[in-house]
Amino acid sequence: MPANARPIGEWVSALLSGERRAVADALNVLDDRRPAAVAIAGKLLAALPTERIEHEGQIIGLTGPPGVGKSSLSAVLIAAWRTQGKRVGVLAVDPTSPLSGGALLGDRLRMAQGAPDPGVFIRSLAGRGEIGGLAALVLPMARVMATAFDVVLLETIGVGQSEVDVALHSDTTVLVVQPASGDTLQFLKAGVTEIPAVVAVNKADLGRPARKARDEMEAALRYAPMADWVVPVLLCSALYKSGVDDLVAALERHRLLLSQTGRLRQRRRDGVAAWGLRRLREEFGRHGVEILGGADSVLARFTEGDAPFYDVLEASRAELLQRFGSRTI
Amino acid sequence: MTGQAKGGRRDRPWLMRTYSGHSSAKASNELYRKNLAKGQTGLSVAFDLPTQTGYDADHPLARGEVGRVGVPICSIADMETLFEGIPIAQMNTSMTINATAPWLLALYVAAAERQGATPAELHGTTQNDIIKEYLSRGTYIFPPRPSLRLTSDMIAYTVRRIPKWNPINVCSYHLQEAGATPVQELAYALSTAIAVLDAVRDAGEVDAAEIPAVVARISFFVNAGIRFVEECCKIRAFTEMWDALTAERYGVTDGKSRRFRYGVQVNSLGLTEQQPENNVQRIVLEMLAVVLSKSARARAVQLPAWNEALGLPRPWDQQWSLRIQQVMAFETDLLEYGDILDGSPVIAAKVDELIAGARAEMARIEELGGMVEAIESGYVKRQLVASHTARLRAIESGEQVIVGVNAFRESEVSPLTTGSASILKVDGAAEREQIERLRGFRGRRNPDEVELALCGLVEAAKNGANIMEPSIRCAHAGVTTGEWAEALRDVFGDYRPATGIDIGSHSLGDPARIDELRRRVRETSNAVGRHLRLLVAKPGLDGHSNGAEQIAVKARDAGFEVIYDGIRLTPAQIAVAAMEEGVHLLGLSVLSGSHLGLVESVLAELRERGLGALPIVLGGIIPDDDADELRARGVAAVYTPKDVDMNRMIGEMVDIIRETSGLAPFGRV
Repeated sequence: MPANARPIGEWVSALLSGERRAVADALNVLDDRRPAAVAIAGKLLAALPTERIEHEGQIIGLTGPPGVGKSSLSAVLIAAWRTQGKRVGVLAVDPTSPLSGGALLGDRLRMAQGAPDPGVFIRSLAGRGEIGGLAALVLPMARVMATAFDVVLLETIGVGQSEVDVALHSDTTVLVVQPASGDTLQFLKAGVTEIPAVVAVNKADLGRPARKARDEMEAALRYAPMADWVVPVLLCSALYKSGVDDLVAALERHRLLLSQTGRLRQRRRDGVAAWGLRRLREEFGRHGVEILGGADSVLARFTEGDAPFYDVLEASRAELLQRFGSRTI
Repeated sequence: MTGQAKGGRRDRPWLMRTYSGHSSAKASNELYRKNLAKGQTGLSVAFDLPTQTGYDADHPLARGEVGRVGVPICSIADMETLFEGIPIAQMNTSMTINATAPWLLALYVAAAERQGATPAELHGTTQNDIIKEYLSRGTYIFPPRPSLRLTSDMIAYTVRRIPKWNPINVCSYHLQEAGATPVQELAYALSTAIAVLDAVRDAGEVDAAEIPAVVARISFFVNAGIRFVEECCKIRAFTEMWDALTAERYGVTDGKSRRFRYGVQVNSLGLTEQQPENNVQRIVLEMLAVVLSKSARARAVQLPAWNEALGLPRPWDQQWSLRIQQVMAFETDLLEYGDILDGSPVIAAKVDELIAGARAEMARIEELGGMVEAIESGYVKRQLVASHTARLRAIESGEQVIVGVNAFRESEVSPLTTGSASILKVDGAAEREQIERLRGFRGRRNPDEVELALCGLVEAAKNGANIMEPSIRCAHAGVTTGEWAEALRDVFGDYRPATGIDIGSHSLGDPARIDELRRRVRETSNAVGRHLRLLVAKPGLDGHSNGAEQIAVKARDAGFEVIYDGIRLTPAQIAVAAMEEGVHLLGLSVLSGSHLGLVESVLAELRERGLGALPIVLGGIIPDDDADELRARGVAAVYTPKDVDMNRMIGEMVDIIRETSGLAPFGRV
């Protein structure tokens, strides 16, 4: 039995009131692979209030190549949100994983300096040394954090790795690039599966190269227009804390757009559906997904109807386990 | 003076100093006055860690550190006390201060002004070599670029207003302590000087015509180790290389301005705890290397005390070191001759060899984009770690002999090191008294003046104006050290190096034992349901992160998920991280001697967050009595420098987690 598990209703109330220890315990249980813990995690996820996790708050994905200053930019964003009185949860994800399965994580203080702020909660996550291990975790963890905090920031490198698809997990994706680093355009051409909602050109204090990077990025984005959203390409400097207000404002505009057009709920459900499909595929293979009527049908199970997403997943699993008969998986 | 000069042909001796300061400005002032009365010719101020890292004595991070490794200076009042009865205008003062160097110089200038002196009269040195802080010493505050800008501001200011000041002492000293070979010392120190001079030139505040004057004020702080022929040649190589470099790169035509000016502290790290009386011979020989060559003689020398490896030296211990210098300068005939090594083919060949090696390494640094880039990319650190490891292996294997340590270990009982009075104990009340003084001082200031002065400082920091004038105004207005640093932290940010980037995979040792450890970590992870997570944390202000980093890397290699956020954490930050990260074990590292107080604070913060059951291990320089006490308070294991088998330590840490979770321990790896 995992330590610190508590009655589900009480636990959810504690999360809703932003109790930090309840968040820490919930994340620990989600990470726990023992059957008893998996069962509790399932109950907890199924009990998260739909209103909260489909309609409220904002989940922001911050992505970009290593070394562009994502942590420093996170720090100034967190400070800005705190000034507005928003409570912030951060999932700092490092998907790289050496052979040993070990990891060295050290970004906390680059994101939140000074005396501990009760309005900021940071959890670092490492690759689990197994395919899919991390991707399966990030979405439920982000949902738990979204229950407890106003803004959830999901920070991860976004180039050359596909395990954690930021776009899938967040409402608003921010691509961070730096000047004079050839990968600016490369990123748009190859790396991302979706056009980001906002592009931040960090290290704007470098001057001309930063403006050049912005112009290139704007030119590249012209070929991928979206109906009612022009992707802002913003110059900012985490070092000199410049351009942050514009970035925060752009994120807020995007939140309002999603929320007012009803796309927020759709987007979150799509994310959950893709996550659910992936988990089923990992557990039961392509054949299992076919048995459930194919990928589109599985996706629809999650996006339609009112059942909590974790119940949908469990119902689908139960269906397959039954079909596979006596074989326990 | 008896025994001196026949016919005035004797050279003037170097400046004689003792690196000192502790407890309070008043106690340090008394010590300085005594030292000067004994014939010391300059002062060398040691500051405590809060002063070095820009915190007031009452900041949570300063707890346990105030007055411990040097004197606490929180404001102009402390600086005035430090120099009470000592005419600043007639003093030659060296301040070992880096990140807060502009501030301590501002306080020094302001205190001098209050004594009726003008800045132009002042002589002295601020260490102010921020680049090496990122490599070894760890008392940085701001990121490298704004730090370099502050250095360049100070140089521009002193060249014009305090022309006899040495605004920066480029330190090869700490490079040697971090493991540098003589070739690396030469290459990295000179590359650092290039980075600084280029920054001044490119900042544009100084005209091209003034550059020779700037070059002439750059001085160096050099280490001298026990291989004294090689050290002697190293100094001569420095002299030749600096002469050529300043002529070629900066077009300095006046030969005097190209002179390699340097001060020395001989190698403290090489002093041994075992048979410490042997350190006296070491100190004498190491000093000989830097005073022997007339053409490359040190300008200032400070010697450590023979018993520094045991604890803080007493005044008598420091007096012994001063007497060593005086015997060398006044009793021997050294200063009566020209350069006695000129023309020696052996020396010339060795010097040429060092120069060739150093030039090749400097070319590599240049290719990497200069010293700042070479540090940021981790290149320099990797090179130093490699040399350091090689040196440790040589000592381990006995190839490098250290008398009393790996050879000739049998010893009579020493009459010098018996009894608890054989080292200096810092007065436990010093911290409380300093906080009281500071709070009293804050209450007496004019808050409007403070506010105005700080606004001026922030304005200059933002718009690029020279930081020195507004800092001196802050000093006079009664701004404190913490306020000055906080204002600039707000503008420049608090530097947090990317932990992990500089730390490569260390040699893993016996592969079978590593595999066994990984199996244990995996099996325990499965049993507790989650991947084992370890928080490695350094509370307090000491910047010595080697031990913590080695454990962090070793644990990662064994399969732990390790959270490590570098140096300078408050107990509250550590407890919050332990909770948010859901760790199974907390490893603390404290090398400043403040372990009892810091561990107590961390335990209290953990209990407050319901984490009273989280197991803790501690590493540091922990006396046996303290270790017993800490275990009694609930620390699961205490490790000291004597524990060198890291595999065994990691194995024990796994077992501690197992026992906490009700699993049977595996036992010895």
